[in-house]
Amino acid sequence: MKHNPFYDPSLSGRHRSARLFKWYTRASILMTLAFLAFFLFDMGRTAYPALWQTYVKVDVTYTEKSARLTQKAIDKKYRKIVSRAWLREIPKQLQHNPELMGTTVKQWVLADDQVDQYMKGHHNNLKQKQIRIIDELKQSGDIELDWNDVFFSKGDSKIPENAGVLSAVVGTVLTLLVTMFFAFPLGVMTAVYLEEFAKDNILTRFIEVNINNLAAIPSILFGLLGLAVFINLFGLPRSSPLVGGLTLALMTLPIIIVSSRAALRSVPDSIRQAGYGLGLTRVQIVQGHVLPIAMPGVLTGSIIGMAQAVGETAPLIIIGMIAFIPDAPGSVTEAATVLPAQIFTWAGMPERAYVEKTAAGIVVILSILLSLNAAAIYLRKKYEIKW
Amino acid sequence: MSMVVNNEKVIRFLLVTASVISIFTTIGILFSILFQAIEFFQLKSFWYFISGTEWSPGHENSRFGALPIFAGTFMITAIALLVAIPAGVGSAIYMSEYASRRGRNILKPILEILAGIPTVVYGFFAALTVAPAIVNLCDIFSINAAYNSALACGVVMGVMIIPVISSLSDDVLRAVPSSQRNASLALGMTHSETIRHIVVPSAMPGIISAALLGLSKAIGETMIVVMAAGLRPNLSWNPLEDMTTVTVRIVDSLVGDHAFDSPDTLSAFALGLVLFTLTLLLNMFSLVQIRKFKARYKINTL
Repeated sequence: MKHNPFYDPSLSGRHRSARLFKWYTRASILMTLAFLAFFLFDMGRTAYPALWQTYVKVDVTYTEKSARLTQKAIDKKYRKIVSRAWLREIPKQLQHNPELMGTTVKQWVLADDQVDQYMKGHHNNLKQKQIRIIDELKQSGDIELDWNDVFFSKGDSKIPENAGVLSAVVGTVLTLLVTMFFAFPLGVMTAVYLEEFAKDNILTRFIEVNINNLAAIPSILFGLLGLAVFINLFGLPRSSPLVGGLTLALMTLPIIIVSSRAALRSVPDSIRQAGYGLGLTRVQIVQGHVLPIAMPGVLTGSIIGMAQAVGETAPLIIIGMIAFIPDAPGSVTEAATVLPAQIFTWAGMPERAYVEKTAAGIVVILSILLSLNAAAIYLRKKYEIKW
Repeated sequence: MSMVVNNEKVIRFLLVTASVISIFTTIGILFSILFQAIEFFQLKSFWYFISGTEWSPGHENSRFGALPIFAGTFMITAIALLVAIPAGVGSAIYMSEYASRRGRNILKPILEILAGIPTVVYGFFAALTVAPAIVNLCDIFSINAAYNSALACGVVMGVMIIPVISSLSDDVLRAVPSSQRNASLALGMTHSETIRHIVVPSAMPGIISAALLGLSKAIGETMIVVMAAGLRPNLSWNPLEDMTTVTVRIVDSLVGDHAFDSPDTLSAFALGLVLFTLTLLLNMFSLVQIRKFKARYKINTL
C-alpha cells in the first residue's frame, strides 16, 4: 500500500464516515417504519378483544312485576352478572312478543362489562363472590365469549357493553355526503376556471395564493369559522352533520382544486386544438372533452380529499359534534357524532372496557381510510391514459 | 347561436363565482376570528395577554396571560421537530440517494401512511402507550414524569410530521441536477461526502421549506395535545412536566358551557388569531424558500 502513489492516509477514515452516514439514513427510515409497525400492532392487539363479548345463559322470568322492575326478571344470584342495558330492554321485548308474559325462559343474555373484562383476563373490580359464580357458570358452559354484534349494530351508550359505532358511522356518512355535495362541484368548477379560462391577472394569482394558504391553515381554525359563521351568524343547528359537512367542505376544497387542476393539465392540448378546429366553443370543449378525459384524476383527488375529511376531528369538536348520540341520526339537521369524535369521547371514558372499544373504533376508521385510498389507487391505475 | 353565447356567459359566471368562494373562506376565517378577538381585547388587556404569566379563566377576576401557553406550545413543537427533522431528512436522503428506484417506490407510500392516520388516533396512542412508557422509563432512574408530559406528545407529534418533511425533502433532493453529483464524485469525493457537501447544501432552501411546513403543522396540531397534553398552563423548561398549548386552550374554552360573548369563550378567538398569524407567516416563508430553490435550478415540477 505504501508504494501506491495515490495512497491517501485519510481515506479509511473517510470511508468509515461514509458508512456511518449511510447507516444513519438507513436507521432513520427503519425507525420510522418500526414505529408504524409497532403502532399498527399495538392498535390491533388492543382492539382485538372488542370483537368478542361475554354472554351468559340464565333463566329469565317474564312477569308483570319484571316488566316494571326489570331486575326481578333474573335470579338474585346472577343480577350483577347480567348487563343493565339488556335488562332495560325487557319491557320492549314484552311489547314485541306478548306471548312471553308469564313464562320463564333459559336464554343467552348480554353480560355486564366487568364480567366481560374478567372473561378476557383484564383488570376488573368484581368481588370474590361474583368471580366464584362466574367460575361455576364457566364449568357448566353457561358463560362464553361470542362475536360482538352489539358493537356494529348499536349506537353510543354510557353502559360499556352496550356501546357501538353504528350512530357514529351513520353520522360520518351523512357529514361526508354534505361535504361532497358542496366541495366536489365547487372544487371542480374552480379548477376548471383556473386551468381553462382564467387569464393570468391579479385576481387569478390572488386566488391561487389563497388556495395554497387555505391548505395550510390549521384545521381547528376552520372549526372557529364554522362556529362563528355557520352557527352564530346563519343560525344553523349546532352539532348537525350539515354544519360539520360545510366546515369540512371548506377544508377539502383546496385538495380537490389542486388535484383537479393537475388532472386537467395532463389532458394534452391537441384535444383542445382539435375542438377549436371543428368550431366548438371553449365551454363546449371543456364540457364535452377535456373534463370527461380528466374525470378519473378528478375523482381520485376527491376520494383522497374525502379520506382526509373522514379523519378530521378538531373542527368538529369545536362545532359540538361530540354530543352523546345513542341513536343514528335520521337527517342532516339532527344532532350527530362522527367516528373520530366518537373515538375521542370513548378515549376519555373512565371504564376500562372503553379502551378496547376505542381501539376497535380506530381499526374501523383505519379500514375505511384504507378502502378509500385503495379505491383511489384502483381508479388511477384503471383509467390512467398514457399520451 | 345566441343561445350558445348566453349559455357560455352563464357558465363562465358560475365558474368565477366558484373560484371566488375560496377567497371568501379565507376572509371569513380571518374576520370571524378577528372580530371576536377584538371584542376580547376590549374586555381584557392586550399587553397582559402577550406578556402575562397567569391564565385563570372561569371566574369574575379572570386573568388571561398567555405566555405559559405559548411556552408550552413552543416546548412541544421543539420536541416534535427534534424528532422529525433528523428522521425526516435522513429518510429523505436514504430514499433519494441510496435506495433503488423500486425501493423508493415502496418506501414513500409506506411513509405516507403515517401522514394519513387521523390525529385522534395518534392522540390515543400517545396517551395510552407512549406516555405510560415514558413514566415507567423515568421511574427506573427515579425521575418524576407526568402522565401527560410534553415529551410524550412531542415525540408522537414528531412521528406524525416525519412524512411531511421527508416527502418534500425527497422531491427537492431528487431535483438537484445529477451533474453536480457526478462532478463531485469525479473529483474523488465519497458518496456520503457528495451528499453532505454538495447535494444537501444545494437542496437546503427546499429542506428548510419542508421543515417550516412541519413546524406550522405541529403548531396547529390539536387532537394529539388535547388527548395527551395537560390543561394546566405551565411555564417550565422540564419536558417531563405537563404543559398546555394554544390549541388545547381553544378547544377547552369552546367545549364548555360558557356564553358566547363571555371573555372565556372569546379568549379562544384571541388564541386563534395568534395561531392564524403564525401559521400564515410560516407558510408564506416556506413558499418563498421553495420558490428560491426552483429559481436557482429552473425546476417547474415541485
